[in-house]
Amino acid sequence: MKRSLPLAMLLALSFAPMARAATEADYKAAYAAAESASKEAADMRNQWTTTVSTLAAAKKAGDGGDFDRAVTAAREAEALAKASIFQATSEKEAWKTMEIR
Amino acid sequence: MKARTALLLGSLSAALVAFALTSPRVIAADKVDPVADAKAFQNFFFQKFPNVKHEDFVNGPYSMNEDMKRQWQEKEEFPPYEFALDAGKEMFATPFKNGKTYADCFPNGGIGIRQNYPYFDTKEGKVVTLELALNRCREANGEAPYSYVKDEMASLTAYMAFTSRGKPMDIRIPDDPRALQAFENGKRYFYTRRGQMNFSCASCHVQSPGERIRAEILAPALGILNALPIYRSEWSGMGTTSRRFVTCNSQTRAVPLEPQADEYRDVEYFLSYVANGLPISGPGARP
Repeated sequence: MKRSLPLAMLLALSFAPMARAATEADYKAAYAAAESASKEAADMRNQWTTTVSTLAAAKKAGDGGDFDRAVTAAREAEALAKASIFQATSEKEAWKTMEIR
Repeated sequence: MKARTALLLGSLSAALVAFALTSPRVIAADKVDPVADAKAFQNFFFQKFPNVKHEDFVNGPYSMNEDMKRQWQEKEEFPPYEFALDAGKEMFATPFKNGKTYADCFPNGGIGIRQNYPYFDTKEGKVVTLELALNRCREANGEAPYSYVKDEMASLTAYMAFTSRGKPMDIRIPDDPRALQAFENGKRYFYTRRGQMNFSCASCHVQSPGERIRAEILAPALGILNALPIYRSEWSGMGTTSRRFVTCNSQTRAVPLEPQADEYRDVEYFLSYVANGLPISGPGARP
């Protein structure tokens, strides 16, 4: 147990240089993907407020040059948009289970 | 060979009988039947709350909680919507620049007609709400439309509701497939989950009326529009049916639709129709 800890630390340190900072290109790609999913949700008339605010946060961070934060927010916005698309799609039939008959 | 043929024919006959017996049920389940829907909707609430008088459902959370009801009844002596009511009465009587008034746009001069809105306009092929009809009246007379969510629109509809108090909701669905479709669309909107909270209108107002959601007591869906427009303490002011829908959407973290979007018009049609027979109680006051 005592030997494994330094080993793990060594491994972690050796991989550390691989985790590079996000670039503007990363941000633009992540933002474009999020924006596209968000538009699809809006077209389905099922946009979530949190998608809009998270996408706005990504843009603000990107405009300010904080690409790490911008990429994280854009990916979150994309996940939210995709969840809302899934919701709209599944609810096309699922709403009937709630109906009073 | 004969036995095999007989077995085959027997199986086919059994399958046909089974199909014949089950298929009408499938068709019936998919058929739009507003009368049956309204009956089932009302029965659900009447059975869930056997001690609530039927006409009391239009009083929303006050029908669910005795303490709240007593407080509200005291508040009704000096109701918070009174200013809007007075303003609405004055606005209603004030002529437009062309000399005409709202009374010229509505049956019976606009008095005592709230219970007939929304209606399905067979010419347009869409649902027309009272708010929409008021703005169309303004535009037809050369006036700018009002905001659909509060202020002047809430005052005008408050006055029109007041002149209809006690009259039973009386929404008609004409023999027109588009009207049936509008009703069905409204029903679907009402039961569809939306927003990050994954709530439908029914999640609160069918599954949980009388329960608390934070400090509020949820109103039953039955008769929920009969009290509109309302003065809402949370808003510190009046709000229309449009405002109620927009706010509900926002609370579930769904981006609201534009006021008087087809979906909102249809859900108003559905909710009003299933409340047929229950009295108009607007304008109302809510916490």
